[in-house]
Amino acid sequence: MADTSVVSRGHRSGVSDWLRERGVYVALALVLALNLAVTSNFASTGSIVLQLIEVVPILLVALGLSLVIGTEGIDLSVGSVMAIAAGVLPLYLGYGAVPAILITLAVGALVGLLNGTLVALVGIQPIVATLGVLVGGRGLAQVIAGGQQQRISDDTIRALGSLRLAGVLPVSVLIAFSAVLVISWVTRRTTFGRHVVAVGGNRRASRFSGLPVRRTLLGVYVLSAVLAALAGILATARLGASDTPNVGQLIELSGITAVVVGGTPLSGGRVRILGTVAGALLMQLLNATFIMNNLPYTYAQMIQAVIILVAIYAQRPGVSS
Amino acid sequence: MAHHETLAQRVVDPVLEVVDATVRFPGVTALDEVSFTLLQGQIHALVGENGAGKSSLIKVLTGVYQPDGGEVRYGGQPVRFDDPAAAQRAGISTIYQEVNLVPLMSVARNIFLGREPKRLGLIDYREMNRQAAAVLDRYGIGLDVTAPLRSLGLGVQQMVAVARAVSLDARVVIMDEPTSSLEAKEVETLFRVIRLLHEQGVAVVYVSHRLDELFAICDEVTVLRDGRTVHTGRMGDLTKASLVAAMLGRDLAAAKQRQGTTHREIDETPPVLRVRGLQRTPVLHGIDLDVRPGEVVGLGGLLGAGRSETARAVMGVDPVDRGTVAVDGTEIRRGSPGAAVGAGLVLLPEDRRNEGIIPNLSIRDNIVLAALPRLSRAGVVSDRRADELVSTFMRRLGIRASGPHQKVRELSGGNQQKVMLARWLCLQPKVLILDEPTRGIDVGAKAEIRDLIDELAAQGLGLVLISSELDEVVEGSDRVVVLRDGRIADELAGDVVTEAALLQALAGRAIDLTEAAADG
Amino acid sequence: MSGSDVGSRDLPEGPPRASPPLPPALDEPTVRATSVRPGRRERLAGALQRNVSLGLLVLVALAATLAFPDFASRANLSNVAIQNALLALVAVGMTFVIISGGIDLSVGSVFALGGVLAGLGSAWGPVVALLLPLLVGLAIGAFQGLLIGRARMAPFIVTLAGLLFARGAALAISDQLPMPIQGEAARMVGQSGVAGLAYPVFIALAVVGSGAVVLNRTRYGQSLFAIGGSEEAARLMGLTVWRSKLIAYATTGALSALAGALLASRLGSGLPTAAQGMELNAIAAVVIGGTLLTGGAGTMSGTLAGVLLLGIIQNLINQVGNLGSYTQQVVSGAFLLVVVVVQRYLTREQRL
Repeated sequence: MADTSVVSRGHRSGVSDWLRERGVYVALALVLALNLAVTSNFASTGSIVLQLIEVVPILLVALGLSLVIGTEGIDLSVGSVMAIAAGVLPLYLGYGAVPAILITLAVGALVGLLNGTLVALVGIQPIVATLGVLVGGRGLAQVIAGGQQQRISDDTIRALGSLRLAGVLPVSVLIAFSAVLVISWVTRRTTFGRHVVAVGGNRRASRFSGLPVRRTLLGVYVLSAVLAALAGILATARLGASDTPNVGQLIELSGITAVVVGGTPLSGGRVRILGTVAGALLMQLLNATFIMNNLPYTYAQMIQAVIILVAIYAQRPGVSS
Repeated sequence: MAHHETLAQRVVDPVLEVVDATVRFPGVTALDEVSFTLLQGQIHALVGENGAGKSSLIKVLTGVYQPDGGEVRYGGQPVRFDDPAAAQRAGISTIYQEVNLVPLMSVARNIFLGREPKRLGLIDYREMNRQAAAVLDRYGIGLDVTAPLRSLGLGVQQMVAVARAVSLDARVVIMDEPTSSLEAKEVETLFRVIRLLHEQGVAVVYVSHRLDELFAICDEVTVLRDGRTVHTGRMGDLTKASLVAAMLGRDLAAAKQRQGTTHREIDETPPVLRVRGLQRTPVLHGIDLDVRPGEVVGLGGLLGAGRSETARAVMGVDPVDRGTVAVDGTEIRRGSPGAAVGAGLVLLPEDRRNEGIIPNLSIRDNIVLAALPRLSRAGVVSDRRADELVSTFMRRLGIRASGPHQKVRELSGGNQQKVMLARWLCLQPKVLILDEPTRGIDVGAKAEIRDLIDELAAQGLGLVLISSELDEVVEGSDRVVVLRDGRIADELAGDVVTEAALLQALAGRAIDLTEAAADG
Repeated sequence: MSGSDVGSRDLPEGPPRASPPLPPALDEPTVRATSVRPGRRERLAGALQRNVSLGLLVLVALAATLAFPDFASRANLSNVAIQNALLALVAVGMTFVIISGGIDLSVGSVFALGGVLAGLGSAWGPVVALLLPLLVGLAIGAFQGLLIGRARMAPFIVTLAGLLFARGAALAISDQLPMPIQGEAARMVGQSGVAGLAYPVFIALAVVGSGAVVLNRTRYGQSLFAIGGSEEAARLMGLTVWRSKLIAYATTGALSALAGALLASRLGSGLPTAAQGMELNAIAAVVIGGTLLTGGAGTMSGTLAGVLLLGIIQNLINQVGNLGSYTQQVVSGAFLLVVVVVQRYLTREQRL
């Protein structure tokens, strides 16, 4: 009795393991192949670079989320943090672009510190702790921005959104790519990165081993918020305006999807940066497929919902393990 | 009473029986043809050390596990419960160690959850509260039934759980370590309730490791060891010492013959670990402990005596009310395992799976986990130094694996334990606390780990050794501190460190060894 | 002090104590109301937390009446009522879900879908216009509940997917355009009323009332409290946990869609973009109303108070004029944070 159930459980986890490990790359390849075959004008540099530009905010947010999820947490506030960043940035452009960007990132870090304190020190569940900022953050951003779209005329900021190195590679994509490298390096090579997976893999054992569990948790929420603020800055730069009501709407959903589809389990203990990148690209390409073929975008939304459910279902914990 | 005439018959009828039950897991046989007979109105003790099969047997009785072989009979009929709820509906209620009620709901709502009395289709709270108070009154418990459960002491919560069970017309009540967090007075009340259950013909399975309680309340006892029934009979036919001997699988007479191994006398060098007045109500009471460099101090005691609790409190993993811990004369900050590790005090925890390994990380990452700060500069880990360290310790401890990148969850218990040891030894600690270091690992690895303990002591480490295996404690330790009910009850040193003396100390010193030996 | 003194002082009313003390007789309660230390203070704090929204509501309403003469006008009050009736409908379901320890982020999208479906169904008359959204909302909620209860998937992610799906469906069905409600009868439901109050207000009151009865006076309601308080204990006590969860999410889906249909009826068309972010308002109202966001405790009256409190604050913000409507989000968010931290300290584990 016990034996058969163990065997069947092993079998199921074999299939879901495979899905978890490789599913995202296979799906990405399929969508890519489909587009190459069906979508006209897809196989051009211009359209591919466009896809990369579009994916930048989701990718940055997903990077932060993959660390948070790696600790068995969640951060619902990322979209609101993007809005806050969009609201704060224009206020300090008077001091120059670089100080304004730094201040904006610092404000993001502050919000992350709030989330992290609630989770690590007060002991509130992550979903509950980050809900407050999700609810209030966007409103706060609009209060900061005075409730209006503000055009950004600063040249440096505008360059962030439009400048292309060698006439091809957009700066924003380069920044996102650097962020991927940095976060990937952090997870692989630093004590902090190791602590993240240890805390997510077994918080009790981490505590028994004398690891700085609280500091690690604080760190991931701060990083997540800083990356979200960066995403907010780049989104603002691209638009050439601070759009607090709409920037980053529902991005927490796309971000979590990218992370989960990329094989980082919601139960923590593992961070897969490359998978997250593939997950973000997959979501972006899926949307593009519909838009470029003049199909209603809404169907892409519905398919995305189904993909999330399938991904989560595939990695849900065994019933009796 | 209509039942009166059948009372005599009821007393002898088995109400719940397990016949030759076998429960297997991959690699382990949790129960090996265990039989267990519970008579009407009987108070039946179920005892055994960790891993003996007590909880597996309870899970078979309550439908959590379906046995791979053998059967469960209830009221003479073979039965199969799909889950605890089904067993409960049939009249088998379980009171768990951690009270399994809803803390935020009132006493009455807890007692009647799922079968609230109704009036005109809606819950009738007045009636519910009245009935709840009546049930509790019958057992001599008067309390405000509208109070939320969590506002009550654990003992009272336990009573509420019992009240729920009996109000469900339970014929069998299984109590799993019901007194482990109760105060002495609360235990008295619980016993009165149990006696009342007994008078009403309800059978009680009483699981506890507290010997005094077993002798005070139980009629019958079944002792499990390594998944088998090793003894079953009247409680009164046993002495404490013979019961302990049965639980631990030691023949007292034989134990008395064996001489203890030689024990080094440690000179009066200042202790490397100094624990004073560690208090954690109600599990630890004023624990003092000194460990000198090169000394192995065994912590003796039966399950629940406070051995692991002492280890966790010393490490700062569990909060303490009072007390100090000093390493090399420097007091360490309370409640911070990180500070303890930093001071050179480390713990190999008992629960390897939940408190030790990080299963989805590699051997390498598990080993270097605590050493990361030493292997890194400005937060960046030096892979070269980490790899060196890992390969050194994998070789030194003989960790058998496909390589340092294999996931720890794929290793055998013995190799997992060696990974844990490597995690600590690469820190070059001053004091190493080992909580059941050889549990659940094969004979070869066991011997290796025991040799390693001697080797570490020879190198001047202070060691604290906790083990349920008598010979391991006796042969491994220079000195044994015996705990009972969270207090230091005895200390054995020098030539007195023998299995016989330890057995006697475990059972309580009141028992005359010669008598006990004759009995065993 | 002499020995005999001690004996008589120990047992002032009883007979002299026999040398080994006998256990007390059984007919006398031996464990007396052991409401231990934190009990009283905790209950006080709990009561405070439960009623704080009601108290605040009264205070804010009083202050508003004094500060803004228009506030207490019949027109403004009936306006507040209709604006919050729909949120109240959604919040009733959300209260069930949160008490059971879950969360439902899909309500805003299901609300919009409900409006669109009302437009679609109104072609077949007013009954279909109400029933179609109700049934589809019920089905979406039930499916989410099934995934959460049976497959044990995390509620927030299942309902986030639900949010996406329902919004996508609403936009797809309506072709991203307002979906007109056809027929006078179907519009009547939302637009007319009695005694100066629109019908949806009465519907909301009836639903809040029945919600309160279900929560407090039925076994189903008790099962929600038990599951939210301790799912494991609820399971061990024989409750069918997944079924209770399924019903809670199905109810929330149905009520959200109904609320959306009512709005569509009132506006004369179902907007596929309606109610964005409504899930956050509903959650905020429920939690400000004293329901534990971690589950296991809460009241329907608190939820109603929470809805009205947020509604009145919004109304005041509008009256002040120069504040943006988003100020209310800040207030909700700040409220939510404070309440959640307070709740955390109130429900901290008392165990060892």
